[in-house]
Amino acid sequence: MSEMIREDGRKYNELRPIKIEAGVLERADGSAYLEVGGNKILVAVYGPRESYIRRLLEPNTGVIRCRYNMAPFSVDDRKRPGPDRRSSEISKITADALRPALMLENYPRSMVDIYIEVIEAEGGTRCAGITAASVALVDAGVPMKDIVVGCAAGKVNDEVVLDLSEVEDKEGQADVPIAIMPRTGEITLLQSDGDLTEEEFQKAIDLAMEGCMQVSELQKEALMKKYSTE
Amino acid sequence: MIYVEDKNLVIPGQILADDEYYPGRGTFKENGKVCSSLIGLVSLRNKKIRVIPLKSKYVPKKGDVVIGKIDDVRFSMWDVDINSPYSGILPAFEVFGRDKKELNKVYDVGDVLFLRVIDVDEVKKAKLGLKGRGLGKFKGGIIVDISPTKVPRLIGKKGSMINMIKNKTNCKIVVGQNGLVSILLKLKRILPV
Repeated sequence: MSEMIREDGRKYNELRPIKIEAGVLERADGSAYLEVGGNKILVAVYGPRESYIRRLLEPNTGVIRCRYNMAPFSVDDRKRPGPDRRSSEISKITADALRPALMLENYPRSMVDIYIEVIEAEGGTRCAGITAASVALVDAGVPMKDIVVGCAAGKVNDEVVLDLSEVEDKEGQADVPIAIMPRTGEITLLQSDGDLTEEEFQKAIDLAMEGCMQVSELQKEALMKKYSTE
Repeated sequence: MIYVEDKNLVIPGQILADDEYYPGRGTFKENGKVCSSLIGLVSLRNKKIRVIPLKSKYVPKKGDVVIGKIDDVRFSMWDVDINSPYSGILPAFEVFGRDKKELNKVYDVGDVLFLRVIDVDEVKKAKLGLKGRGLGKFKGGIIVDISPTKVPRLIGKKGSMINMIKNKTNCKIVVGQNGLVSILLKLKRILPV
């Protein structure tokens, strides 16, 4: 059963091809570009900088803010520009997923801004966004405990599979996106959409963890490649 | 047990060494392991591990000399942008003493100054002053932005690097600890073509 081949020819535990590049934007403090399957995502990080919104600042630590935005041309039907319910949710959960890894105690009353722009979407953009955002944070020189990485697992045709594509997400029975800190294996994001039994849910998490570890290696490679020449 | 060598490139979350080593700047200790918190180069001294960051933001420190740009002119002080998450202020009495003068006639918005950090308060706001040799307003030249962590490398051992650059290029170069560098070409007269 585990030898089943999926719609796009992948095995049940196979990721889509991934490409990560760090430091692609000139004007941002840190940036990253990520492609996974048909997704194309650009992330810019600014800061730590002076908090210009007084009500947000914290006297003993820095704060992060995150904006996830999909380009109008990123999906098949034109998406109406501007924030909507879905993107506000993803902005919030991305900031929450990254926050535990940051060490901003040395930058009290400061603010770090993360801008995630989805240029092309093909399923699993929230995980891809988190993955790219943490690479951009490292590129910005923000002190961190670990490089957070996101990956999803789900259930398609009664089979638990890794890294759902857009078709699998729409026609599948469940989707479990997670984000972890790979060194300790701590989970910083866990969502679940659809119906899963207890065993299937456990299996999905294990599979997604495995996927995260693979993506994590690619993140490290991208950073090493960018900085080893300097 | 140590897992890295001196001058190795490390990334956040990478395990550097076991318990018997001490965590220095750019590192932290978790579950008996010393880990890096930055992307940078390892610096080993005895049993202390530090990570020298490749990128960072300037945090004001008392006694530093910095290059700043006037952001705003207020009633009794200037607001100064010092290329940092924390802004600087230049109080009027640091410039005039007890005299009362119009501030914007002395320094206006956009002027670039070489300043000293006199004090950093509890909210990390830097109080700046102009007392000292070579401090004051720049007249001409360009400002170049380098990472504050690279300032020691630009200066070199006892200024060997910066002095060589100054001599060979015939430029007046001023380096601020905040990663801004002012470069001004010294021309005695216009050279014949």
